[in-house]
Amino acid sequence: MLAAIRIKDHWAEQRLFTRRVIIASIIALSLISLVIGRLTQLQVLEYDYFSAQSQGNRIRLKPVPPTRGLIFDRYGTVLAENLPRYQLELTKEQIFDVDNTLARLAELGLIEAANIDELKDLIQSHRSFDAVPIRQQLTEVEVAKFAVNRQLFPGVEIQARLARHYPYGASVAHALGYVSGISATELKKLDKTDYAGTALIGKVSLEHTYELDLHGDVGHAEVLVNARGRVMEILGGEPAVPGQDLILTLDIESQIEAYTALNGRRGAVVAIEPKTGEILVFASSPAFNPNTISAGMSRKEFDALQNDFDLPLFNRALRGSYPPGSVIKPILALAALHHDTVDPDRRVLCRGYYTLPGMSHRYRDWKVHGLVDMHAAIEQSCDVYFYTMATELGIDRMEQFLRRFGLGTKTGIDIAGEKPGLVPSKAWKRAAFDNRQDQVWYPGETVITAIGQGYLLATPLQLAHATATIANRGEPYRPTLLRGFVDPVTGMAEYFEPTPMKNAAVISDEHWQRIISAMTAVLGSRSGTARAAGLNASFKMAGKSGTAQVFSIAQDEEYDSEEIEERKRDHALFIAFAPVEDPAIAVAVVVENGESGSRVAAPIARRVMETYLRNLAP
Amino acid sequence: MSVIVSSRYGKNLGTRNVLLSGLHIDRVLFIGITAILLIGLAALYSAIDQNNALVVNQMVRILAAIGAMLIMAQVEPSFLRRIAPWVYLIGLILLSLVMLTGDVGKGAQRWLNIGVRFQPSEIMKLGLPLMLAWLLHDRPLPPSFGMIVASLGLTFAPVALIALQPDLGTAILITLTGATVVFLAGIGVGYIISAVMAALISLPVLWYFVMHEYQQQRVLTLLNPDSDPLGAGYHIIQSKIAIGSGGVFGRGWLNGSQGQLEFLPERSTDFIFALIGEEFGLLGALATLLIYLFIVGRGLVIAATAQDTFSRLLAGSISLTFFFYVFVNTAMVTGLIPVVGVPLPLVSAGGTSMVTLLAGFGILMSIQTHRKLLAR
Repeated sequence: MLAAIRIKDHWAEQRLFTRRVIIASIIALSLISLVIGRLTQLQVLEYDYFSAQSQGNRIRLKPVPPTRGLIFDRYGTVLAENLPRYQLELTKEQIFDVDNTLARLAELGLIEAANIDELKDLIQSHRSFDAVPIRQQLTEVEVAKFAVNRQLFPGVEIQARLARHYPYGASVAHALGYVSGISATELKKLDKTDYAGTALIGKVSLEHTYELDLHGDVGHAEVLVNARGRVMEILGGEPAVPGQDLILTLDIESQIEAYTALNGRRGAVVAIEPKTGEILVFASSPAFNPNTISAGMSRKEFDALQNDFDLPLFNRALRGSYPPGSVIKPILALAALHHDTVDPDRRVLCRGYYTLPGMSHRYRDWKVHGLVDMHAAIEQSCDVYFYTMATELGIDRMEQFLRRFGLGTKTGIDIAGEKPGLVPSKAWKRAAFDNRQDQVWYPGETVITAIGQGYLLATPLQLAHATATIANRGEPYRPTLLRGFVDPVTGMAEYFEPTPMKNAAVISDEHWQRIISAMTAVLGSRSGTARAAGLNASFKMAGKSGTAQVFSIAQDEEYDSEEIEERKRDHALFIAFAPVEDPAIAVAVVVENGESGSRVAAPIARRVMETYLRNLAP
Repeated sequence: MSVIVSSRYGKNLGTRNVLLSGLHIDRVLFIGITAILLIGLAALYSAIDQNNALVVNQMVRILAAIGAMLIMAQVEPSFLRRIAPWVYLIGLILLSLVMLTGDVGKGAQRWLNIGVRFQPSEIMKLGLPLMLAWLLHDRPLPPSFGMIVASLGLTFAPVALIALQPDLGTAILITLTGATVVFLAGIGVGYIISAVMAALISLPVLWYFVMHEYQQQRVLTLLNPDSDPLGAGYHIIQSKIAIGSGGVFGRGWLNGSQGQLEFLPERSTDFIFALIGEEFGLLGALATLLIYLFIVGRGLVIAATAQDTFSRLLAGSISLTFFFYVFVNTAMVTGLIPVVGVPLPLVSAGGTSMVTLLAGFGILMSIQTHRKLLAR
């Protein structure tokens, strides 16, 4: 009872408090004794050792950045190398007023005033004793200008560093990507020790994907400094481990041929080796000069590039989503054969248009074909045949088959940012639209999907992959740009096995034979749509042209390309593979607003295949 | 029965000290603080390449902080007691705001920008001892189990917010602040032992589930600094070389090569004690530590002779927290404990903690000089 009622006893509390203060003092004294003991240990007992260390501490550890790995094409041609350049570096710890220093450097024209805020962030996110690269690739004039004013900028130094150089410039730019200065956000995700002294980091495409392999491991040099801290002699240390070299699957000669053939037009060419999935050509046009970006482009120049009307930074091969047009007809024909919904030898009458039973809307063909069987329908690209066939086949089976050939999903190529394209289906339409009426799948939508129009979208990479799958008779391999690594120290190369993909289509040989023979006729017969592109070839090719509408044209309106401004013209597409007997290359070409697949895109495909096969011949 | 005569303690001290007593300045404490500030300025001047502008900067901060100290010295402890919960509450609200909107400096979110940028955790350094002293002052001591739980809860809230910023150093120190109040209030030995046991058991939990990778790295680096000579181990290696090479008498002011040749990182801030050790030797380092102990000792005397529980707990906690600052920093610089980023109080460059520290001493002075004469 008594214990429950506690009364404040001031004197007892005062005594308790005093006791506690005494205990606290004892603890504090013992803790500080630990520090004093430690000081005695360091300063008296181990004085000789540390004194010697300090004397020897003319030796400073400097990070040695590793040499970035080189990039080669499949035949060993260098696509990315390192060349010596001068850069400006700043060490925060040695500078009293960083803002002022930056402002004065901007006045001298050595850095850009517009970049100062960004640079401050960058400097802030480094350790104060790290040298931060603030400007890459100084010209000789700038080096001289800084040298004259050197004494005004303590803590700022010129360093000779290796810069990235791409001998083939724009032609492979979208495949290789580029490197440029490490940003503050990127630095947060990196191992700061490993990147001490590294100025450049891969930003997009292969340079980005294989950044960690290309980078290598930082080393450090023990350098002797004088009383002012200037490096007098290099004593030793641990050398940096250079990054791995990449051997790509690309053939640079074919790549340049493709880029040249695109001739500055908006478009893309992708070529794949069907048996392995190795990408032989990965061209997107227009492109950019990766050397000027890697050299440290000004913000204004970069903005100009980014906002260019033709979007040169946009990787069309990877991210351009186009209506594939008639190039998907061989796949749909295979679907109809496989599901036995069509007799390939039965002929369909093409009057130049098609109407659904009980409807008046006319789905137009590009010309009147007369009586055509499946072979002729592919060879001459008859739309009406496919309108009829699709109505029998139905959208669900069409979707399933297009997906087996890799459309509608990312191919899994080893560079980031790939677009999945779109294969529509009833289920997709229900999910994609909010409005009840829009969620219904109409028969007319099946009809236009049959000629690769409507909702259907595919990237050039996907089209090349699908073509390779046809060429390899239903056995797809994951597209890849990397063949292997080379260890620069040992010179040992390590190659990767091709990765088979699961969605193989098991179709009878007879069906393959029929479709491939029709595709061969596209280039090889006198009535094939791309016969001009197939003339006088030393090898046998199979292909399919496509001309995809960008804008829908009302059915009674006459098509007049003169009146439609350039951007509204049809896209030109072509897929092909060769040699037919033993396919070594499958290629897809897209030329934006190129108007005609057979006239514009097919010759490009022919040139690329010819170049590649010429080198391949023993 | 005692009669309380409301006359000021200082009035009996004679005319010579009218100025100091009129301003409620405690002479003993003031001498100690001035001595440490002077050592700090000398070390700073050496650490920053004899850059006058930076030293002037630091002096301006010191003057502002002394202003804060003077203001706090005028405030009656009873007034502080009345506003204590509000200070704590405002501190807690501002800490929450930082989580939501704060500026990011050096990769951590600690700053709040309202006109001037400041760290709300600074308010909490005084807000928490005020709150706990307020909570316990009119209850019987030693505190009941309920009061202990309440104190722990009040400590945990700000500590959690600060640890999330993340600012491990400040979180640890504020935890210690809370612990000192509860300890001084007379919490039973049984509780203390179980708390220590709980802490030991929770260490592995902290290691695997709470600590960031960089924090784990610091602990590993402490055990073996040479494992990462360019990275986290660099600080400790260079700091030990600086201190050790100072020997007994030091290498002389402005003559330490570790500091002057810029081998010693953060030598004007967290690692300034290494520079003191290098240039002033064991003797200089000992002198510095003794002055710190003198200041802490004076604070504890003020606490022990304070006239009410609130003042006692508050003064005791402020003094002991100050001690922990000194201990954590010097132990970290000499490589006894992992690097947690706590500056050496009153010496390290940078003004945010200077104001709080001297404001705390202002409170000590107020407690000492506003004592009522007790006549029998």
